[in-house]
Amino acid sequence: MIEIKGLVKTFKDGESEIQVLKGIDFKAKTGEFIAVMGRSGAGKSTLLYQMGLLDEPTAGEVIIDNKNTSSLTIEEKTFFRLSKLGYVFQDYALLPEMTALENVALPLLMKGVSEKEAYEKASNSLIIVGLGKRLNNLPSKLSGGEQQRVSIARAIAHEPKILFADEPTANLDNESSRVIMEIFKELHKKGQTIIMVTHEVEYSKIAERIIHLDDGRIVQ
Amino acid sequence: MFSSLNLRIGFFLAKRQIKRSNPWTTVLIVFVMFFTFLNLVVVSGILVGLIQGAINEVHTYYTSDVIVSTLNNKTYIENSPEVMGIIKNIPEVDKFSGRYLSSVTLEANYKTRTNEKEKPNTAAGSIVGIDPITENEVTSLSKFVVEGEYLSRGDYDQVLLGAYLVKKYLPIDSPGFTALDNIEPGTKIRIKVGEVEREVTVKGIIKSKVDELSMRVFMVDSQLRSMVGRSDYNVSEIPIKIKSGVDPALVRDILIKSGVDKVAKVQTFSDGEPKFIKDMKDTFALLGNVLSSIGLVVASITIFIVIFINAITRRKYIGILKGIGISEQAIEISYILQSFFYAFCGSVIGIIILYAFLQPAIAAHPIDFPFSDGILVAPIGGTMLRVGLLMVTTIIAGFIPARLVVRKNTLDSILGRK
Repeated sequence: MIEIKGLVKTFKDGESEIQVLKGIDFKAKTGEFIAVMGRSGAGKSTLLYQMGLLDEPTAGEVIIDNKNTSSLTIEEKTFFRLSKLGYVFQDYALLPEMTALENVALPLLMKGVSEKEAYEKASNSLIIVGLGKRLNNLPSKLSGGEQQRVSIARAIAHEPKILFADEPTANLDNESSRVIMEIFKELHKKGQTIIMVTHEVEYSKIAERIIHLDDGRIVQ
Repeated sequence: MFSSLNLRIGFFLAKRQIKRSNPWTTVLIVFVMFFTFLNLVVVSGILVGLIQGAINEVHTYYTSDVIVSTLNNKTYIENSPEVMGIIKNIPEVDKFSGRYLSSVTLEANYKTRTNEKEKPNTAAGSIVGIDPITENEVTSLSKFVVEGEYLSRGDYDQVLLGAYLVKKYLPIDSPGFTALDNIEPGTKIRIKVGEVEREVTVKGIIKSKVDELSMRVFMVDSQLRSMVGRSDYNVSEIPIKIKSGVDPALVRDILIKSGVDKVAKVQTFSDGEPKFIKDMKDTFALLGNVLSSIGLVVASITIFIVIFINAITRRKYIGILKGIGISEQAIEISYILQSFFYAFCGSVIGIIILYAFLQPAIAAHPIDFPFSDGILVAPIGGTMLRVGLLMVTTIIAGFIPARLVVRKNTLDSILGRK
């Protein structure tokens, strides 16, 4: 499903260069739930962004669904993200001027789905995450936990091959975090491939496999 | 770039951004675009209208729709009664009037002049013999009487003086250009036409922004004929008012076909426009376009700033849109559509205010310029062209900042990194 080969990411800081990822090799199978853990600054989120094609690696290859993504143009990568990947961000990353339903329907509309079908699918996704009664609320009218659930609904509505989650519970209270993890569990049960960055051991336990990163390398 | 899908998503994004943006901000931007529209259309419209107002006045109050005047080498129109007979028989003609023209020397205050060496109070100009009733029907001359009364057919030895021949109305004090002092209705003055001198009474004073009227002396036609000794009834000018909706060129052509052009110059009011007036009109139109161009630049900078600030403050959300797979083109289109919306709203409000209120109001109450009653000239074609220019400019001004922000790295935008 996804294969990472010799992934290197270097950031420039004035004259000096900081290597955050130092040659990562990694594979994930279809339907696998992987938790990426490590201390702060270990490179967890950076690895997720490279795998999710949100950033350009300095070196190495990201192969998703047998497609080497390094040769893709910016436009092709955008389309690839739209058709095969889903994201859940730490700060929910919802569009404030759109209702929950519109936020979820947007990627579907971009895929060319008709408005009626897009809203139907978006509505179903929101029902799955328990927000069937909050479809027409703007993000500002939702709690943090609810916003994160909208974010999950948006990430799964277009049935992505891989769902990437970057510290999805970092801004949430315990109860909301538990609800989010339950949703991930359910999605995994249905065969969704999930790669989740977290620093909370308790939540990493629901994953099938845990990868530990330290100083830009997989240590375990 | 403008695939239907990108357009659809762009519209989806733009609609929600406008719908849920701060209404006061939207009103303010539309207000700016409205004033930009007015700047584009009204400034040049008034500049052109300033000249057009003068042209209209000459048309309405002096030449009328068609003017028959003397050939360059003649002082009168030969066989004028026959020419007037032809004019009378043209069904499209509404009214016409004959004018006798001659040069005149005027003298005032001669009774109070005590010293032979004292400079006499004289002025020179043209004297026009008119039928007061038909002239008034064609050119509404009586409405310009500012003092005294208008002439009547039976007036004997009475004249109307153009205001520029009266010192208190003369706008300039130019050497070599003299005017009569101490003149009011009832004042006696001497007029000399050719070798004939007569004492007449000033019946009234005519003041108009049409110089041809303000610089002339008007007298009943039979009186002037007796002074110049003309018994052939040959006139020098025949202004013709034609029926509403008829093209003046039609009447001109009928007159030319009838052979009137052999004895007189036959011109429509626009044929008779002096070249310098046409040049001035073009010059003011050019000046108006220059000012409009500046307005256009200001509008584009305004939209650029508005969209740039909007895009910069929404950079994170633009990053999120790109992150979840929304194409750059769709995002750019959303900003282009927003710019279009602001320009469109401003223009529509501007068009309504221009044609429903501003133009009729200025037509009813012209702007009192020193040499004309200025109107607002805003032909639909020209206005639409300017609206088109405004749209194109704002679309470009909206696209550039959107492009600058959308091109930034997706992750940097999401994380707010520089």
